[in-house]
Amino acid sequence: MNYFPDEVIEHVFDFVVSHKDRNSISLVCKSWHKIERFSRKEVFIGNCYAINPERLIGRFPCLKSLTLKGKPHFADFNLVPHEWGGFVLPWIEALARSRVGLEELRLKRMVVTDESLELLSRSFANFKSLVLVSCEGFTTDGLASIATNCRHLRELDLQENEIDDHRGQWLNCFPDSCTTLISLNFACLKGETNVAALERLVARSPNLKSLKLNRAVPLDALARLMSCAPQLVDLGVGSYENEPDPESFAKLMTAIEKCISLRSLSGFLEVAPLCLPAFYPICQNLISLNLSYAAEIQGNHLIKLIQLCKRLQRLWILDSIGDKGLVVVADTCKELQELRVFPSDVHGEEDNIAAVTEVGLVAISAGCPKLHSILYFCKQMTNAALIAVAKNCPNFIRFRLCILEPHKPDHITSQSLDEGFGAIVQACKGLRRLSVSGLLTDQVFLYIGMYAEQLEMLSIAFAGDTDKGMLYVLNGCKKMRKLEIRDSPFGNAALLADVGRYETMRSLWMSSCEVTLGGCKRLAQNSPRLNVEIINENENNRMEQNEEDEGEKVDKLYLYRTVVGTRKDAPPYVRIL
Amino acid sequence: MEKVDVYDELVNLKATELRLGLPGTEETVSCGKSNKRALPNDTEKEIESTGKTETAFPPKAQIVGWPPVRSYRKNNIQTKKNESEGQGNYVKVSMDGAPYLRKIDLTMYKQYPELMKSLENMFKFSVGEYFEREGYKGSDFVPTYEDKDGDWMLVGDVPWEMFVSSCKRLRIMKGSEVKGLGCGV
Repeated sequence: MNYFPDEVIEHVFDFVVSHKDRNSISLVCKSWHKIERFSRKEVFIGNCYAINPERLIGRFPCLKSLTLKGKPHFADFNLVPHEWGGFVLPWIEALARSRVGLEELRLKRMVVTDESLELLSRSFANFKSLVLVSCEGFTTDGLASIATNCRHLRELDLQENEIDDHRGQWLNCFPDSCTTLISLNFACLKGETNVAALERLVARSPNLKSLKLNRAVPLDALARLMSCAPQLVDLGVGSYENEPDPESFAKLMTAIEKCISLRSLSGFLEVAPLCLPAFYPICQNLISLNLSYAAEIQGNHLIKLIQLCKRLQRLWILDSIGDKGLVVVADTCKELQELRVFPSDVHGEEDNIAAVTEVGLVAISAGCPKLHSILYFCKQMTNAALIAVAKNCPNFIRFRLCILEPHKPDHITSQSLDEGFGAIVQACKGLRRLSVSGLLTDQVFLYIGMYAEQLEMLSIAFAGDTDKGMLYVLNGCKKMRKLEIRDSPFGNAALLADVGRYETMRSLWMSSCEVTLGGCKRLAQNSPRLNVEIINENENNRMEQNEEDEGEKVDKLYLYRTVVGTRKDAPPYVRIL
Repeated sequence: MEKVDVYDELVNLKATELRLGLPGTEETVSCGKSNKRALPNDTEKEIESTGKTETAFPPKAQIVGWPPVRSYRKNNIQTKKNESEGQGNYVKVSMDGAPYLRKIDLTMYKQYPELMKSLENMFKFSVGEYFEREGYKGSDFVPTYEDKDGDWMLVGDVPWEMFVSSCKRLRIMKGSEVKGLGCGV
């Protein structure tokens, strides 16, 4: 297939952007593989232990942008101990050594240290973009290195990270010559911000499109910042004072009115609801609204705000909005594509009367025909509701339902929710991600295996009766990439039925299930391209090898495919078979 | 003697005990993490003792990692709740063997000794002496608390203010589980 010179083919490849597609074209023939290799600029690695930095650099020497994910998803919920792994330092060291011209680094659930950030900032002259999501291990000192040394920094985006705030002057570290910022998000920092330094920085960043502040930026500063940056598209509000004086409020209103490009609003970490009217003028332009941290915006204030957001495509909200509020959303937001309703009471301590139920969900499905992605935490659900939702919205790509109480049945019929979820998978032919909850038997997994042909990620908790459940899924969902299961009665028979299957998937997580040490050992025996990790935090269980009981149940199993064998950085309580 | 009677009574009630999990499975409430002081892995006893004091309350709050909300989000919502509560920071206090829980306002105390004294009075026990390395010595009772991350910690290790802001509930442990904490784990 060499009708064209390489440069032409390369030029054609430039239009092929998605990772899946590029991976496919690299398999066509040797010549295409070679051209693709050297022209690849962006690489996505879904599991940092599936490959190592040396091989990455060997294959893609011209890479400019790297995305890495570390810990398994359930690490978000404290199911993975802190020192499990996912360290970024070796990657940065290897990239620095090989003089790769790294410009962009996106990390999720990885351990990032100040040392890594310092090395990163010094090693890549053209570094432009750092995005850290759910990472930990660093402090504001690390941010200071980035600010100081990355002369061409365009993006610093910190989302929901655990950052030790040393209350230093990291914002001051951006040199006066730094005028290239497009996106700055430090909403997750807990400490005080040097507001003056921030104002100066914003004033000299004419390209700034996205700014997300933390708690410590008060109302009058917000007004000044917005006056400096009327070109903002995406704003994360930090805090409001409790009682704004009329003058500050007026200044804020004036500043906001000028922000005609504003499309996305978030934050409101501490808010006096009385300040919200300042934002009314721009609500009609908003396509994205995230109020999921704004516990204090409730009731009528919230409703009034939402009624103005007629173009909304994405809404993240707390369940304090209630079914009534969701009905307002359904009536107003006809363009809605993605909805996330988070629980305001995460510790299960209160009987939250205002929380949402199946009524809200059905209303949304009926009112928002473009809805394709939902995350919904609720107290109760019924099969009838789910069947209605499936009928109203056959276009779901992501459907994640979390009924707060495990094993809870249909609250009207007391039956399991098998039929409800069955209706969802049958109707939504494009479903790629599903999380199930409530009382569920093996039957629901039969439905999932039968109908969910495009399913790539499935999260199961407190569900199923026997190994058959898991087998239905493994046999049926040919496109499954990530399967995560907790507290469900699946054991060795299901685990071992088709060991080769796991090499077609990214990973499998099973915790508090019925798999035993013996089962895991058998699994690992004939699978050199799988890492089978047993995570066992109970110190008493670290007995001598020859005393171990093969029938002992494994607390946490995490297995993933890899081409580089056992990792060397696992802590003592992680056993890799 | 009283304690033994309560124990027997609840052992008999185990079959009808309100708990999560399928019939025939033991619920594992994992309360320890290796990077913090871990409670000994005596799951069965733990279930029975928590069953004693917590049968009146929905156990969902005790399941690790449930509901599936990112810890970052959990911690930030919690902070809001405490701040908006205005007066006082009330936390539940349970004691192994006691039939019901109490609630105390942590903001009423300035330091650990005051808190300990109040707990001792409330539950009629004594707590022994605190040592930085070994924990509590000289008593069958050990005060523990659940922090924002859901981990069970020994009371007294961190500065008072940090304790008040991260303490979600208190539990006074006793009996054989205490051994693990008392001996410098």
